[in-house]
Amino acid sequence: MAVSSSKDVALSIRGLQAWYGESHVLHGVDLDVHSGEVVTLLGRNGAGRTSTLRAILGLTGDRKGSIKIRGYETINLPTYQIAHYGVGYCPEERGIFSSLSCEENLLLPPVLKGMGAGMGLDEIYAMFPNLAERRNSQGTRLSGGEQQMLAVARILRTGANLLLLDEISEGLAPVIVQALAKMIRMLKQKGYTVVMVEQNFRFAAPLADRFYVMEHGRIVEHFAAAQLEDRMPVLKELLGV
Amino acid sequence: MEIFGRPLSAMLSQLLLGLVNGSFYAILSLGLAVIFGLLNVINFAHGALFMLGAVLAWMGLEYLGVNYWVMLFAAPLIVALLGIVIERLFLKRIYKLDHLYGLLLTLGLTLVIEGVLRSFYGVSGLPYSAPEALSGATDLGFMVLPNYRAWVVLASLVVCVGTWYVIERTKLGAYLRAGTENPRLVEAFGVNVPLMVTLTYGFGVALAAFAGVLAAPVIQISPLMGQNLIIVVFAVVVIGGMGSILGSILTGLGLGIIEGFTKVFYPEASSTVVFVIMAIVLLFRPAGLFGKEK
Ligand SMILES: Nc1ncnc2c1ncn2[C@@H]1O[C@H](COP(=O)(O)OP(=O)(O)OP(=O)(O)O)[C@@H](O)[C@H]1O
Ligand SMILES: [Mg+2]
Repeated sequence: MAVSSSKDVALSIRGLQAWYGESHVLHGVDLDVHSGEVVTLLGRNGAGRTSTLRAILGLTGDRKGSIKIRGYETINLPTYQIAHYGVGYCPEERGIFSSLSCEENLLLPPVLKGMGAGMGLDEIYAMFPNLAERRNSQGTRLSGGEQQMLAVARILRTGANLLLLDEISEGLAPVIVQALAKMIRMLKQKGYTVVMVEQNFRFAAPLADRFYVMEHGRIVEHFAAAQLEDRMPVLKELLGV
Repeated sequence: MEIFGRPLSAMLSQLLLGLVNGSFYAILSLGLAVIFGLLNVINFAHGALFMLGAVLAWMGLEYLGVNYWVMLFAAPLIVALLGIVIERLFLKRIYKLDHLYGLLLTLGLTLVIEGVLRSFYGVSGLPYSAPEALSGATDLGFMVLPNYRAWVVLASLVVCVGTWYVIERTKLGAYLRAGTENPRLVEAFGVNVPLMVTLTYGFGVALAAFAGVLAAPVIQISPLMGQNLIIVVFAVVVIGGMGSILGSILTGLGLGIIEGFTKVFYPEASSTVVFVIMAIVLLFRPAGLFGKEK
């Protein structure tokens, strides 16, 4: 592993299995993320990347295995307690609330107990001036790009330091994708730990410290950024990129 | 003075009666809307819990000598606690199922609550009079205003506007609105949604009990008094559109007034006019006047 094991482990998943009702979607996922790392989960459609993030938060059906967040076992906790271990979640479908204004959406996730202070509203508006401009608009009236910024921005306020970001670059204009890449670099600089699910390999490649590749609900490959060149042939085969 | 051949004073007093009924419709449909929004349960027990509010007011006075003003707070509190027990014991098991199960379960609870009280008190009315401070009437010159009725309208408006304000303008309300849209995501953000659901049900049924105490002096208190009212309230909810807070308040008041005027101009239709309106609304706007098409 490229990262020295002396660093704190932010997230450690062992033998994670998950179901949606009867359908078994995760078949034993093992994954480690160290504090301050940016890790990308790659995989084809339906490989189980979204399900892995959802399972961390208890948003799938039944789960089995172990999910430790900064050393604390969370697999048996109800969903509403898990965020308080410092987890911020940006869902694939963005989850902007239409009955809330832009600013209400931004202020919705509660500041987490026992975590350090998150970013202030001013800081967030400085980073995303569009959101400041549209603070009083209905959340779902924002453009796709603005909604995506909002979905990420609202978890930066809470003090969460383990961010689970699901396909944040999907379907967005290149300028906005660049702004998001810049934001990820900034978050990394500030010491946030990020787990990104990405389809857009070109977005993820320059940002990530390490990569995991999923297939059929399992991790099938994992390597550090430095090994990316060597692994390209394998990746091409696994992802069809 | 006459309008369309009817004396103005008669019109005004029917208007007030309509507003009183409309106030009850508004509070009850507001509670139903809040509960349906977050729990996805059509709370058929609402009528029975409204009745329980009135019966509790009567019991307080009859057995403990506790007056109206105390019961106006105590009865909703007791019913809220009962609601919390109902939610924890029964409702929480059916959220993932079809609406029909919630309807059947709360209908069953209605029959139990009404049945128990019926076995104690029968079906004839229990007497309850308005508190002294609000008895009598005020002569406004153009009409005589019964004080208690004016109080009912005022108290209902305050409660409805207060509820609307909390839901639409505060942080707590933002949790509630967001929870109505996507409870799992709100929970993933670290909000204790199960607790919020329990308290919301408690609050919704407390509103019903509050309306029940308000109604106690102006309606025949009996274990079955919720039945007729709840049917009309469901029609109000259908007309207004399930889930809209302001919609249920305005529709409740509006239909009460329409009912009142119907009594003046064509009394035979006064008990059916709401259902006629419901049929028309369903034809042209199936989601209701304030509902969002899904
Ligand atoms: N709510 C659900 N109920 C049942 N099965 C589901 C549900 N959500 C996802 N699945 C199934 O679980 C498997 C993994 O899906 P998941 O959404 O985790 O994939 P993914 O890697 O995020 O892919 P993508 O986002 O590109 O579709 C798929 O086979 C999918 O059909
Ligand atoms: Mg996905």
